[in-house]
Amino acid sequence: MSDDKPFRLLPRVEDTNEFFWTGGKDGELRFLRCQTCGYYIHPPSPICPKDLSKDLAPEAVSGRATVHTFTVNHQPWIPGYDPPYVIAIVTIEEQDDVRLMTNIVGCSPDDVHVGMPVEVTFDEHEDVWLPLFKPRGVDR
Amino acid sequence: MSERAAVISGIGQSDVGRRLYRNPVELTLDASLAAIEDAGLTRDDIDGIATYPGNMEFPPGFSGAGVTEVQDALRLNLNWYNGGIENPGQLGSVITAWAAIGAGYANHVLCFRTVWEGSAQGDKGRASVTMGGRSGGGFRAGGFMQWSLPFGAPSAANWIAMCAQRHFHEYGTTREQLAQIALNARKNAALNPKAIYRDPMSMDDYMNVRLITTPFCLYDCDVPADGSTAFIVSRADAAADLRKPPVQVEAIGSAIHGRPSWDQWEDLTTMALRDAAAMMWQRTDLTPADVDLAELYDGFSFITLAWIEALGFCKKGEGGPFIEGGQRIARDGEIPVNTHGGQLSAGRLHGYGFLHEACTQLWGEGGERQVPGNPEVGIAAAGGGPLGGCLLLTRR
Repeated sequence: MSDDKPFRLLPRVEDTNEFFWTGGKDGELRFLRCQTCGYYIHPPSPICPKDLSKDLAPEAVSGRATVHTFTVNHQPWIPGYDPPYVIAIVTIEEQDDVRLMTNIVGCSPDDVHVGMPVEVTFDEHEDVWLPLFKPRGVDR
Repeated sequence: MSERAAVISGIGQSDVGRRLYRNPVELTLDASLAAIEDAGLTRDDIDGIATYPGNMEFPPGFSGAGVTEVQDALRLNLNWYNGGIENPGQLGSVITAWAAIGAGYANHVLCFRTVWEGSAQGDKGRASVTMGGRSGGGFRAGGFMQWSLPFGAPSAANWIAMCAQRHFHEYGTTREQLAQIALNARKNAALNPKAIYRDPMSMDDYMNVRLITTPFCLYDCDVPADGSTAFIVSRADAAADLRKPPVQVEAIGSAIHGRPSWDQWEDLTTMALRDAAAMMWQRTDLTPADVDLAELYDGFSFITLAWIEALGFCKKGEGGPFIEGGQRIARDGEIPVNTHGGQLSAGRLHGYGFLHEACTQLWGEGGERQVPGNPEVGIAAAGGGPLGGCLLLTRR
């Protein structure tokens, strides 16, 4: 890492999750989607839990989401992650049972609330694009 | 009901401390031998072992001993054994002993849980033993941790805090209400000589201590400790002549009907405890009104609140008003909760401490902290998030 980005613990990129962790390279938030019934599957699985189809493919979603719940973390668990920062669980616009744990950025922790409309923004680290979320329509 | 096949015939516990710096296998043997003696048995009678989470090297201090170390140290002849982490909560391991005895695989099963997280952390704090503690060196997160670690959320404190925040949002629950779980635990711990924190705690102390992850402050999080707890689960008709009248298990709860996940679980305000508690009540004619005491997991304060709701001591969403002021859950209240001080003040013995305390109370061995009125029915419940298991206990 040659820039001044803070250290991040990164996921292990494998065949089963590469589409998710690298979608940000093309500015896309992607989920595995059942090609027969249209259900989004997260975390990835070899089979659709609705119709048991194995015809699944990654597809981009809008990147719009809603804050389902959040916490302002004050504890320095990991060197390089400087508190306070907001950890949230967001629900994607396309399907209300697909959730992501993420960080809310681009606003003060005090401004985050349940039900807040947010949109994806990506942080590039090595071979991974972490999907973070920010208030819709604002720059980070 | 198959729960009738087995009983709890003895309990044991090692020394418990913030940091004992002792061999955790030795702590396990201390607890195990105490439980065997309490039951009036000898080690030759033990033909089964059940333990949580089995032998694990990481995270440090999480597992003090596995099946094989205890079996070999005591040279036990086993007909059945099971150690593992994929269970309905920590007490799920004890529930497996019921299944084994019911199926006829064993007569007297030794169940144990040992932690040495206090010593493992030393003076470096929790960060030294969370997943993030291995940062750098090319470490990459796999499995379910890949969805939380990159976002600086390595701890169940973060995940359960978000369950609590959602409860606050939906039902108007407040920090002042949640504080009662911690204050009640501390009050009870003052009467427990083995508790780690026994000094009085006030609402001001609670509101002014540092935040960990909102809405949780330091006192909403349990205290890492060293110690081992053990039980003997015996075939009912093999326990008739033992040292003490056994504690009966009226019903167990082990169900999980939602997605097994800390974040995808559909109703984060209930967690999986909802299903375990519902199953338990389906297997008995007793009702929450019959219960004399409830020892309810408090890895984080909110989990106790969620168990109170799941078990039906109040309606869903009304846990905040129910515990407000603390009188209802006090040792002399309508449903005494965590009479030993819970994990918040007595130490994180990880689930097993609650069953130990429930048996202690039902046997009238609570000493200074004994619940008045000769209690006959108790609940021990453990686990939070996607983990939950509970037992309804009676002394008859």
